[in-house]
Amino acid sequence: MHFTLDPADIAFREEVRDFFATGIPPEWRTRVRAGLRLNPDELTAYQKRLAARGWGAPTWPKEYGGTGWSPIQQYIFWSEAAAADAPAQFHQGLELIGPIIFTYGSPEQKAHYLPRIISADDWWCQGYSEPNAGSDLASLRTRAVRDGDHYVLNGQKAWTSYGHVASHCFVLARTSDEAKRQQGISLLLVDMKTPGITIRPVATMDEKHHTNEMFLDNVRVPVTALVGEEGRGWEYGKVLLDRERMVTASVAVFLTQTIRAIREAATRRTIGGVPLIDKPGFRAKLAQYEIEVIALQTMVLRVMADASAGIDSGPLGSMIKLRWSQLSQAGTALWVGALGPEAAHFAPVDQGASLPADMPYAMQGALYARVTSIYGGSSEIQHNIIAQRALGLKG
Amino acid sequence: MQFSYSDEQAMLLESALRLGAQHFPPGERHRLIREGRSGEEAAWAAMAELGWLLLPIPEDCGGLGGGIADLMALGEGFGRNLVPGPYVASCVLASALLAHGGEALHPLIAQLGAGTAIAAAALLEPDAGYDLHHIATTATPAGDGWLLTGTKCHVEDGGDADWFIVPARTGGTGVRDPEGIALFLLAADTPGLAVERFRAIDGHRHARLTMNGAAARQFGPQGGALPLIEAAVARALCMQLAEAVGSMEAVSDITLEYLRTREQFGRPIGSFQVLQHRMVDMRIACEEARAMLCHIAIASADGEAAFQRAIAAAKVRIGECGTFVGQQAVQLHGGVGFSDELIVSHHLKRQMMLAIAFGSIDHHRARFAA
Repeated sequence: MHFTLDPADIAFREEVRDFFATGIPPEWRTRVRAGLRLNPDELTAYQKRLAARGWGAPTWPKEYGGTGWSPIQQYIFWSEAAAADAPAQFHQGLELIGPIIFTYGSPEQKAHYLPRIISADDWWCQGYSEPNAGSDLASLRTRAVRDGDHYVLNGQKAWTSYGHVASHCFVLARTSDEAKRQQGISLLLVDMKTPGITIRPVATMDEKHHTNEMFLDNVRVPVTALVGEEGRGWEYGKVLLDRERMVTASVAVFLTQTIRAIREAATRRTIGGVPLIDKPGFRAKLAQYEIEVIALQTMVLRVMADASAGIDSGPLGSMIKLRWSQLSQAGTALWVGALGPEAAHFAPVDQGASLPADMPYAMQGALYARVTSIYGGSSEIQHNIIAQRALGLKG
Repeated sequence: MQFSYSDEQAMLLESALRLGAQHFPPGERHRLIREGRSGEEAAWAAMAELGWLLLPIPEDCGGLGGGIADLMALGEGFGRNLVPGPYVASCVLASALLAHGGEALHPLIAQLGAGTAIAAAALLEPDAGYDLHHIATTATPAGDGWLLTGTKCHVEDGGDADWFIVPARTGGTGVRDPEGIALFLLAADTPGLAVERFRAIDGHRHARLTMNGAAARQFGPQGGALPLIEAAVARALCMQLAEAVGSMEAVSDITLEYLRTREQFGRPIGSFQVLQHRMVDMRIACEEARAMLCHIAIASADGEAAFQRAIAAAKVRIGECGTFVGQQAVQLHGGVGFSDELIVSHHLKRQMMLAIAFGSIDHHRARFAA
């Protein structure tokens, strides 16, 4: 075992730390710590700043405009970002479709789309889930029918997060009916301005507009929008879902932000003149939380170190997704608990009524955290994946 | 940065697995540990011959100067086959303390390293909880030695010790003053020392000491011994925590195999989703526990305070994960899991004891929070 950073990595850490010493607005802090996404204009500005520094795509190879960083360097980058209360980068373009394009896309698709993802000129959303295809994605029914040089898309997509701000959507659609449901599905890159696309917001329990339903009504896209080969979209999509789980490796590093929020809230609040942070019961709960975060972050570090060494970490990605969602829920709940009775003050009714510190974002983060164990493969699906793929237990 | 053992450490782990499988096969283990020390003698002699008893001993005391990753590799190997015995108590903890006693104690350390003597540190007192600084035992100068009076309510793996290392108070402002503690050495047959021995549910043998003017020899810094004790216990815990990880991974493997092969309702029970998910939770617990070992190793480069904090964190999480995995292994095996015949229940009992050795989960959580 060898656990110290190389001198080059230490120098890199200093460089990243310098970068994050400035340029992170304090008004981002509470939302970032609550695990909430910043507004699209804020995230775009952040992405552009990273791109200007050459750090727009930390996980991509150099030939596609990425940094070419080793996994350990990526871990250092995220750790420093987390320490500075910087946000996680918006992942749907960078981590979901970008890697699919540079792996399976045509030269034209690579040349056109990849730089625009890094520069934040395009914003991608994901057109996968449908009302009757959630965890059972292979039952999707949206169709893409070939018509000359075009595909004509018809169907309904669900949980299209950020569809209301996206410029583009990557859509899984059925191009043929095959005996095996996973076959005959294709992946298409769709401009959101194409006629026939309707976006309707979906109200969610956290009272934040991030997701939508999307209707595709005779949407004509050129055949050049097809990624790779027709009918093989499921394979590409599966690669993508695996990568989505690895994305949680990066966001797991950001849980330290929530710890800072809990500690500050519990330091501010007093009961009988004693700060909550000094009460043994609360201290024990916070210590327990911090210890579980340490375990998770060390698992992340191990995944990154294994990846650097070319070792397959097996089911660790799914395990990290599972534990991260549990800890994002536990952390925000602890934070809300630290706010005390005023945690009930979510929004002012009277003009001028002032909200307690950290509100409404702490509560919104706690509510949003409920979906982290559902999206990207629910916790139950993660259990199935680990049981079947890693442990060889068959249904 | 690399998370796997070095080639030498991997070989050490492999050898430890072989030794455990040879000397403590599951079917024989219970009979052997019921025999007491004599059931462990052959394994102990083999370890001595392989030079393992010298591994933790500092080089300037004639040992091999093994680092914590070496101890973890060996501990993990012991844990997989539940190798009993006072290795941690004598070779790791006692030798680390005796190393502060100068050349005069080198002959005793050499005996520990050769396996011809066993020593144990008597650290815990009634009313102390698991606090190492709570020392009411007094040391009174007498001639060119000292007389000890007091009680040590639990001596981990002290049941077979020929020698005891006893912290006692030579100064300070009260029983909980971190200052004013010194280390003493006395033989198990010293007049004025009463040793009561106990068998634990995992086959380990412990002791309680009552000292009433027992003559002892002081060694190390007089009055400032607490940091030395804390450092030695942390080193011992590195190995014990690795043992816990080895044990939980072994019993998790055994349980997975059982799920694949045991049939009920006409199919392998591992085909039932509720059992699959429980098995996954056991695997995640094992990964978390292993991650805590890595965390210790990482923190060890950041100074003593960071190292101690990492040890406390690891004691909490590995203790929780280990008892969870052990309990679920028994549960998923059903009735035979509860039986003495299968090694499964032995793992749970060892995990329960490891979880309280050198401080309970609550104790270490409070240390971490302090």
